[in-house]
Formats: sequence, C-alpha cells, structure tokens
Amino acid sequence: MAFSPEQLERYSRHILLREVGGKGQQKLLQSRVLVVGAGGLGSPVSYYLAAAGVGTIGIVDNDRVDLSNLQRQILHSTPEVGQPKVESAARTLTALNPDVKINTYATRLSPDNVQEIIAGYDLVVDGVDNFPTRFLLNDACVMAKKPLVEAGILRWDGMVMTIQPGVGPCYRCVFPAPPPAGAIPSCQEAGVIGAIAGVIGVLQATEAIKLLLGVGQTLTGRILTFDALATRFREVAVKPNPNCPVCGENPLITELQEYELACDIRGNLRKD
Amino acid sequence: MTGTSKEETVVPDVVLDITHEVCPMTFVHTKLKLEEMRAGQVLEVLLSGGEPLQNVPRSVKYEGHKVLKLEPVGDNKYKLLIERGSD
Repeated sequence: MAFSPEQLERYSRHILLREVGGKGQQKLLQSRVLVVGAGGLGSPVSYYLAAAGVGTIGIVDNDRVDLSNLQRQILHSTPEVGQPKVESAARTLTALNPDVKINTYATRLSPDNVQEIIAGYDLVVDGVDNFPTRFLLNDACVMAKKPLVEAGILRWDGMVMTIQPGVGPCYRCVFPAPPPAGAIPSCQEAGVIGAIAGVIGVLQATEAIKLLLGVGQTLTGRILTFDALATRFREVAVKPNPNCPVCGENPLITELQEYELACDIRGNLRKD
Repeated sequence: MTGTSKEETVVPDVVLDITHEVCPMTFVHTKLKLEEMRAGQVLEVLLSGGEPLQNVPRSVKYEGHKVLKLEPVGDNKYKLLIERGSD
C-alpha cells in the first residue's frame, strides 16, 4: 500500500469501512470523474468527491461567479464574484484536498467537444442547468457507454437517476426529447431552495462513489425524487425503452446533435 | 491449519505493533496489514489496553477474520493473534 501517513489519516474513516478498505481508497485515488457544471449541483458533488480523494476531477463550466449564485453554489465565495467558476472551483477543491488533480474546462459542452472531454473519465456527473446540454450529455454518454449520474432541481423539488448504458435505462428512455422551449421554467425564473442543491448533489456524489467502488445498489433503473416542502422521497422504477431514440433497438439518433438553447430557459429574451 | 487446539503453537506470518497508535488508526493499520495477507495466514498484533483492546478485536471479527488468541504480555500491552478470513 502506497498511502502516506497523511493519506492514512485523511482517509481513515473510509478505510475503516468494510466496503472500502485500503483497496477501495486506492481505487478512488486512481479514479477520474467529470463534473459538468460548477453550480448548485456541481458544487456539492465535486466538494465531496474531492474530499473522498477521487484522484482526478474534471470541471466543465463556462460561466463566471455571480452574486446570485452564492445562495447555493458552495464552491464559490463572495471575493470570487466575477471570476471564472472553474478557477474558483479549482481553488476551493485544491484547498480541501491537495491530493486531487483538478482539470478545468472553461467551455460549453457541444457536439464538437463533448466526446473528447468525457473520453478521459471513468464516469460523468450531470450538474447542468439546461435541457439541451442535459440531452447532449445523455446521448454522448450512451454512445461512449460511460456511466452518468443524472439530476435536476427546481423550486423545492429534485430528482436523481443513475444511467449505466447497456445495463439500465437512459434519460431519453424516460424523457425522449427536450421539453418545448419555455415549457419548463429555469431556476433563474422559478427560484430554487439553495439547500436542495446540497441534498440532491450529495446523493449524486454518493452514487458516483458507489459506482467507482463497485458496491451497493445504485439508482440504475430507478428515479428518486425529493419533495423538500413535504420532506418526502419517492422512487419510480423505470425500464429501458426499446423505442428509445438513442439506446433503443433501432436508434434514430446515431450522431450527436445540438438542441437550440432556448432563451426562455436561460433568460427571457425570446418571444414565441 | 490454525484451529483452536493448535493455538499455543501458532507461528504468525506477519507481526504488527500498534501500541504507539490511537483509535481508530489502530484498526486502520491492522486492516491494511490484513488486506495484504492471504486467507488463512496469521497476523500477530501488539496493542495497548483500554480503547484499542476493546475496539480492535471487535472490528477484526466484524470484518470476517478470526481472533485466535488474546493475551496480556505485561506493561498494559496485549498480543492478539488473528487468522485472516477470505474476502
């Protein structure tokens, strides 16, 4: 075992677990996870993955820190307003755990770059704030057979599902196409309780760690929803859809396409 | 074979001194040593009385290993013989 005395102490609570041990911790240290979005979900996800000693964490985000982010995006702090989120994220995560290598991608995912970016990682965690990127990421992960921990939050509600291509359903098995532009309001428009980003993001981090360790039962084929107002979790079983446009028997989508980033979702500039 | 009848003659394959460690690092070191060993091999652990004496044998059993022997060796120190279980 190649643990330094500092690592032994830092990861002692993991090593003590029967399902982790020294071997599991080594596995985490050698793992590579891509977190797409350094926002409400991406913050707790990458924070806990870094704390856990996931050896390489990639962070994709093209935004800069805004004061209105700080109600829920715990990677960033007040003095960092105006700075690129990936830089702020890298500083916070490196300060928490210098063992972890942070790769930053200050870019928006597109059909041109998504495959290349996800290729170097064992699994992907979705923390994006819009449907076009969510569907693009699902399609790219299905095509690359890359596990994807999917989640979304809005107002007081959240959902999580784990996608293991070839094993269980993908996002499109359940939601075949993006909703019409403007049909679903954004957090910017509808609001979101900050703490729910933590609840759902930490569930995603837990799923990611279980996938990396190969332990337990993940949310593969199960959608977990959380109603924070009622404090109620619900679980919905979902099956692979043979007619799924991307992972079904006769997929219609065989190459990546980009959906229009409707302004209704990002801002409110478009009027139809 | 390291059955109970042969306890007195067991020769450990590996020896570990954790008397200078505090909990939970006592068991962290014990566990990492056991992970490196093969099922059926015997680990001798030298540990202190008090918390380590209470915790380490219990955790060893919880992880599926067998405590062959636990005896005081003086100076508030104890010798614990563990047979490594299978994974």
